[in-house]
Amino acid sequence: MSRPTAPVARLQNVTQRYGRTTALDAITVVLPSGCMVGLIGPDGVGKSTLLSMIAGARHIQSGDVFVLDGDMKDAAHRAAVCPRIAYMPQGLGKNLYPDLSIRENIEFFGRMFGQPRSERAWRIAELLQSTGLAPFADRPAKKLSGGMRQKLGLCCSLIHDPDLLILDEPTTGVDPLSRRQFWELIARMRRRRAGMSIVVATAYMEEAERFDSLVAMNDGRILAVGSPLELKARTQTPTVEEAFIALLPEELRAGRKRLEIPPNRTVNAEPVIIARDLTCRFGEFTAVDHVNFTIERGEIFGFVGSNGCGKTTTMKMLTGLLAPSEGEALLFGRALDARDINSRRRVGYMSQSFSLYAELTVRQNLELHARLFHLPAQKAAARFRELVAHFGLDEYLDQLASDLPLGIRQRLSLAVAIVHEPEMLILDEPTSGVDPLARDYFWELLIDLSRNQGVTIFVSTHFMNEAERCDRLSLMDSGRVLATDTPRNLIESRGAATLEGAFISYLEEATGSSAVDSAGDIAVPAAPDGPAPSPPPRPLVSLRRLFAYTIRETMELLRDPIRLTFAMFGTVFLMLAFGFGISTDVNNLTFAVLDRDQSHESRAYLEELRGSTYFVEQPALANYADLQKRMQSGAIRAAIEIPPGFGRDLEAGRPAWVGAWVDGAMPFRADTIRGYLQAMHQLYLTDPAVKTTLPQARSAARIEVRFKYNQDFESVYAMVPTSLSMLLALFPAILMALAIVREKELGSITNLYVTPVTRIEFLLGKQIPYIGIAMTNFALMFLMALFIFQVPLKGSFLALLLGVLVYVTATTAYGMVISAFASTQIAALFGTAIMTFLPASQFSGMMVPVSSLSATAQIMGRAFPMTYFIPISVGAFTKGLSFAELAGHVAELAVFIPVLTLISFVLLRKQER
Amino acid sequence: MRKIGNIFWLGTKELRSFLHDFVLLGFVVYAFSLAIMAQANSYSQEVHNASIGAVDEDHSELSRRIIRAFLPPYFHQPRRIAERDIVPLMNLGKYTFTIDIPPNFERDVLGGRNPAIQLNVDATMMVQGGLGADYAQQIIMTEIQDFLSHTEGTAPPPVNLDVRILFNPNLTSAWFTSVMGIINSVSMLAIILAGAAIVREREHGTMDHLLVMPLTPFEIAMSKVWANGLVITVAVGLSLYLVVRTLLGVPIAGSIPLFMVGVAIYLFFACAVGIFIGTIARSMPQLGLLYLLIYLPTIMLSGSNTPLESMPPWLATVMQASPSTHFVSFAQSILYRGAGIGVVWPQFALVAGIGGLFFVLAILRFRSTAAQTT
Repeated sequence: MSRPTAPVARLQNVTQRYGRTTALDAITVVLPSGCMVGLIGPDGVGKSTLLSMIAGARHIQSGDVFVLDGDMKDAAHRAAVCPRIAYMPQGLGKNLYPDLSIRENIEFFGRMFGQPRSERAWRIAELLQSTGLAPFADRPAKKLSGGMRQKLGLCCSLIHDPDLLILDEPTTGVDPLSRRQFWELIARMRRRRAGMSIVVATAYMEEAERFDSLVAMNDGRILAVGSPLELKARTQTPTVEEAFIALLPEELRAGRKRLEIPPNRTVNAEPVIIARDLTCRFGEFTAVDHVNFTIERGEIFGFVGSNGCGKTTTMKMLTGLLAPSEGEALLFGRALDARDINSRRRVGYMSQSFSLYAELTVRQNLELHARLFHLPAQKAAARFRELVAHFGLDEYLDQLASDLPLGIRQRLSLAVAIVHEPEMLILDEPTSGVDPLARDYFWELLIDLSRNQGVTIFVSTHFMNEAERCDRLSLMDSGRVLATDTPRNLIESRGAATLEGAFISYLEEATGSSAVDSAGDIAVPAAPDGPAPSPPPRPLVSLRRLFAYTIRETMELLRDPIRLTFAMFGTVFLMLAFGFGISTDVNNLTFAVLDRDQSHESRAYLEELRGSTYFVEQPALANYADLQKRMQSGAIRAAIEIPPGFGRDLEAGRPAWVGAWVDGAMPFRADTIRGYLQAMHQLYLTDPAVKTTLPQARSAARIEVRFKYNQDFESVYAMVPTSLSMLLALFPAILMALAIVREKELGSITNLYVTPVTRIEFLLGKQIPYIGIAMTNFALMFLMALFIFQVPLKGSFLALLLGVLVYVTATTAYGMVISAFASTQIAALFGTAIMTFLPASQFSGMMVPVSSLSATAQIMGRAFPMTYFIPISVGAFTKGLSFAELAGHVAELAVFIPVLTLISFVLLRKQER
Repeated sequence: MRKIGNIFWLGTKELRSFLHDFVLLGFVVYAFSLAIMAQANSYSQEVHNASIGAVDEDHSELSRRIIRAFLPPYFHQPRRIAERDIVPLMNLGKYTFTIDIPPNFERDVLGGRNPAIQLNVDATMMVQGGLGADYAQQIIMTEIQDFLSHTEGTAPPPVNLDVRILFNPNLTSAWFTSVMGIINSVSMLAIILAGAAIVREREHGTMDHLLVMPLTPFEIAMSKVWANGLVITVAVGLSLYLVVRTLLGVPIAGSIPLFMVGVAIYLFFACAVGIFIGTIARSMPQLGLLYLLIYLPTIMLSGSNTPLESMPPWLATVMQASPSTHFVSFAQSILYRGAGIGVVWPQFALVAGIGGLFFVLAILRFRSTAAQTT
């Protein structure tokens, strides 16, 4: 095994800050190549930051990072080496796509590295074979267990045969058997590809024992570098964990003692919790499968198993949050009743996420819970002092919970859970993500509660050393309890050396597989020991990579029923509502008459109004007060008053007056009513039937009004094309806006950072499916316009189609800009809603022509694509324009595409900040 | 008493969380200030700066007077165009109106030959086209009458119609659109604030926590209603006094306190709907999409954009089931027409009733939502 001497990575004086916190503080370290280097240290000390910088995923603020003989600040070098690096970020399968199957996930990564179909096929076959995933190739990633997910992540990382493999906590939260299999896999792989360098971060200190070299980190600084043997020798400790603690600065270790667990003195106490055949199913998936156990008063009972094995679900059933599908749970000797408020007072619960109000201070959190449990004021104050003192929270009292270090937050969370002195505590993975010292402190508190205060504690964990501290524990896997006993008995009954060994033995028995599974060696393609194949030439825009994103996005959309339904039927539903509802044909106007003349002439005048189809007459008005009241309540929109002596005046040839009152609450309606009334008045004046009694002046000139494009002036011919425009602005923008930010939130954006895919390929690749959806929406709405609303297409279909294509490309690009900018899905969603709804409904010419708007509104309107599409839509449908007449508008609209794409390109980063 | 205590203390927590969320806070400020101003200045209800082109084939005193009579703010100054350009320019959408004064128009008017002026209206511009055509006809007729009364004098018509517009004599759009803007913002925010409050608690795991404490779903839901309702009620009050009355100068006829009571009742409904969809949605994006499907039609069809009278009767009937429709209606009654409680109480009762229905539905669904976290 020849080891190249040049280091794989060299960091010099690297400092990285996020806001006020310093993640890395002037780090200088050299990582040797060709071996397995481990970064050890608790959560939040900067391990992940360091790894992501080596992978090129994160922007380097200050200092130098050299990886594979080049400067990682240099974008050209990053682009050149990224095909040689593989990066598996923290979190189970964070860079995988949950809706895609195992094979589809690996395919996607293969495409991103530009591999042609034939190459992908044999590589995938070999990887699936050697990881033992082949039988599950078509299972979606979201339905995989933690261990399988990690194997899939490894397959995706190895598809392009990297020289440097970076693994960030690859085994956190995975059961011990899968964990062991994972390391076996890595070991076999290294035997085949000796030159490969591996950098791993881990929080399990026992794993670190077998690494070639270790970098111990704490608080953004490096404590020590060396092989496990060297570190242990230097600190004179037997294990890496002990060595690590010994390396910590003095003040952190102060007051630390070995955790002593006094024996549980209560013998044969009455059972507090009894679970009988407890089962929970979600659809076809059985999360908890006939679980039985009994927990006695005063004992610490542990639940041990990997993520997703059913621990949380079981605990939720015991707190009444979930109703069991089968079986029963007895709490304090009585059947559990979710509605029983009194039994809730006897239980304290701490959920996985610590369930604190992050926006409240420590004091406010404690006080709120004391109030909600109705502790009397005096007692609450005493309890508050007691908890604060006992849990060491004094110095944090007025800090927001979100600003607390994880360990303190965990203590506060426990304090909150026991503020009402419950008899029983249910703690769901209370220590995940907390460093070993804080974990010990937390356990001291638990032991005190159990032994000195008689509180029954039911706790779940995936740490074996915590499990050993329990009085009794249940080992869980895939929803079933494998065994329940004291830790000692469990170890002895399997003849194992450690609890972990015992657990693995139980798991092997349950799943029928062995730790060293018989799958073949990791096959290394082509020339196993030769130099890595030189990277293929990198075209500026690779269609294969672009379509990799298109194919993936399309598959994800097709498998997300909610988004798909919204995308397809949302527009149809709103088109129906808007097409019928948004109309300016004012009809059915209510009016009432105050006829104080009651003559033949007054009735003749009113006849004109009563014959109108626009108005609906209401019972006559009695007097002015009646008029006032009915106008006020909105019962009538107009009132006509004929004064006394109207007929007499007419006959006498004196000018007669008619009064009309119009409800001006809605100006458009009032103006329309005024127009109707005046038109009716004119009709009356020229009515030959009236003329016989009256001398009528001949009009001097006529006005021929021609309603162009829409002779009957029916609003459906304008509103249907504009509603279509509006919906094609809102929906594509909103769907697209979620697309990019979703990857940011779920973590799969990392694939953009560390693979050869370029920003433009990423953007366009993701945009194409949404353009497809928008075109389908258009097709549906077009048919609705023709057949439901009976609005014919009078002009050029080709121009309309081209216009729509350009338009939806522009509106999706509009959403893309917001998505590239926003950091959360919710912000993107509402950002898009605000940025599109107001301009679309008010400033794009839907109701008012843009040229009639005030200056600022005009600017808002002209910066929105819909302003340019309405003339195309209305022009093609109602105005009957030809292709040539519409081409100008299409060209104007097209300007948006490069501009918006460029903005997204600039806003989207190729590295994390 | 216990219940009220719980509701109160949970609500204060809600308020504290809200005040820490600067994005939401900014959103609220925007929705009740800039968004209102922008809508108030949209002129969506009136004829304003309508574009008009004029063809003068007469070149007479009268034709010039007619063209000069089109004035801002109703019309842009007419542009002189050639007769052959009428169709292409209107096709391009450059002009909503064109008038064509034929040759010898003045001579024919004086000669009593009753000549015709052509007024072309782009009938795809619904609001402006319809109202503007009436205005344009009146302007032309008045100008001709004026011209004639100087030369020969005409007889007054035997019957005159005197149209008086109540509540908004000059039919200023801003009076209407500013208040309707507030209504839109109220619906927009109340639903989303309450819905997001539920989904956020679920995503942070604190909902589980509340449900295992001695609290009932009623108390949890009610605390969200009062806290979010209070925030928006205050925002509405400030917006009415500062933005609508002071900045935009809109006179408010009716009782603002009575209106605020109505707002509070409507907020109960909107928050209840928000909580209800919060119990249906499994994630924030789903909540957002669901919300859009509810918000868009209820607002667009509530009568705050186009009159209810213009909908097909069946749709207008359907919209009677939507509290937003009643909110718009009683807001107009109170704020413009000065109506009192005697007039609007049936609508208050209806909104409260529908709100109560959603509230009960939300509470019934409350417990099942906890299961959806994993």
